Amino acid sequence: MSKPDRRQFLIRTAQMTGVAACVGAVWYPLVCSQAQASAHALRPPGALPEKDFMAQCLKCGQCVLACPYDTLKLSTVADVAPVGTPYFVARDIPCEMCVDVPCVPVCPSGALDRNFTDITKARMGLAVIDEETCLSWRGLRCEVCYRVCPVRDKAITLNLVHNDTTNHHARFEPVIHSEHCTGCGKCEKACPTEEAAVRVLWPQFVQGKLGEHYSPSSGEVFKTQDVGKGTDIAKELNPGDKNQAAPGVGYFNQSGGREGVIPGETP
Amino acid sequence: MTEKQKNMASPQKKARGPIRHFQMPDTFGGKLYVWRFLIARRLVQIGVLILFIGTVHWGWTLFNQPVLSGNLSSSRFLGVIPLSDPFAVLQVIASRHWPFMDALIGAAIILLTYLLLGGRVFCSWACPVNMVTDLANWLREKLGMRSLFIVPPKTRYWGLLLALVLSFAIGVAAFEWVSPIAIMHRELIYGIGVGFIAVLGIFIFDLLIMARGWCGHICPLGAFWSIVGRTGQVRVAFDDASCTRCGDCVRACPEPLVLDFKEAAQHGMVRFGECTNCGKCIAICPENSLSFNLRACIRNNDSSSQSVHASQSESREEKL
Repeated sequence: MSKPDRRQFLIRTAQMTGVAACVGAVWYPLVCSQAQASAHALRPPGALPEKDFMAQCLKCGQCVLACPYDTLKLSTVADVAPVGTPYFVARDIPCEMCVDVPCVPVCPSGALDRNFTDITKARMGLAVIDEETCLSWRGLRCEVCYRVCPVRDKAITLNLVHNDTTNHHARFEPVIHSEHCTGCGKCEKACPTEEAAVRVLWPQFVQGKLGEHYSPSSGEVFKTQDVGKGTDIAKELNPGDKNQAAPGVGYFNQSGGREGVIPGETP
Repeated sequence: MTEKQKNMASPQKKARGPIRHFQMPDTFGGKLYVWRFLIARRLVQIGVLILFIGTVHWGWTLFNQPVLSGNLSSSRFLGVIPLSDPFAVLQVIASRHWPFMDALIGAAIILLTYLLLGGRVFCSWACPVNMVTDLANWLREKLGMRSLFIVPPKTRYWGLLLALVLSFAIGVAAFEWVSPIAIMHRELIYGIGVGFIAVLGIFIFDLLIMARGWCGHICPLGAFWSIVGRTGQVRVAFDDASCTRCGDCVRACPEPLVLDFKEAAQHGMVRFGECTNCGKCIAICPENSLSFNLRACIRNNDSSSQSVHASQSESREEKL
């Protein structure tokens, strides 16, 4: 390569690098804004954590084809879910929770985990109830969500509370338990209010998280499904398991915790 | 600029514009014969699409298995054989994720197929966007439209590099998230939506802005298959003895720079990976100097008569 040739080559390379940088500057944010989660576009059961899911998914739609209830859809551009990825909207068609989970084994990319076989372990979303518009919470006998729930009495329980308005009725408050809720969305589909009073959203949009340093104190109501802490707290507060007593847990805790106690309920 | 590029640039610049020497036959049969590769390509392109659509919408089965489920990104043939786009899988790997075995096997099957056939056979025989850009090009020539600007055909390799770098940086397969090919194919199979605007965009770009802009200059997937195509066994063979250098093949060729007489005469074939094996040059050659052949056969012919060809091509080059 002669000297002027080399010079031209270097200039050319610099120019093309510049063009590539400009295109990249548009391309990069385009992909980033595309690859955004949407709280009510739920993923198929067995989906990897969202970031990994979006990286692994080849957007082939084989899970969509395998779905016998037309629940899953393949999103298009400017859709509720990132382009080309499978999703479902609970209010339209909820997941029927097939026991053989046909959508998972057809996935060629591993975006849906092959080791996932037990549909009750699915965490597609988490139901949340708007207590202001929920008919049952308002004191009517509705409880439709409770009746349609495939994991009834685990994912949704009814909490009987005295109705202060009439003074001689009970309110049957449906309560969601994240430990068992698969996020199938049947409750949202069945909810009779104009806009569903129970919504299934991505757990990370709904759930809080206790601090790592957190330790429960006296008289505290706790639930075993507390994220990341659940089993530890259960052990800490279990009087029968003295070996597990953690620092900061005093004698007054020993009979403190009761599973499933709902705020407002008098023990 | 390298020596090779210089050689390639000269005949291409001379031979632009409409076909001059080739005469389209008057008979319908004759026309069909000229269009034989075009017809075959459309049949394959549409056939592949129909197999996908038939499996999705009309539940086509064979041996009680879905015929071809999925799309060009990834699919399953007869419910067993996985097929995947190796470039998509490469991007997933670049994004620091390891795909499941099915995707890897599928990508290997497709890659091996095109390593034998010639990489860009995908572009002209399978890719649905080819129909759009061919239509844009046909219309552009009818209207006598000239490009607003043109970028070097090597731009696509920068696109390929950028796709992999961005995949690494963002952590998702960067080209798959914007690919108009994937969008078009998905929407044809799963229902047409807003994404078809991307296809319209490519059509307008190729028609009004840059001749053969997308497929011939920019597409990173085309760049990937160009690299794979260097090993392709099915090649366009070139018979230097009968060629008159009329340049019609260069005018018909959708890929700038792949038809280089000097190169072709020297090797007895079109060697460049960018060649899509579309067969346009073969159909249009007035002297029938071009034909499809296997690389191995061409090499054998070549070695037996190389000395004659070499001397002839030298003298011809001087005349040009």
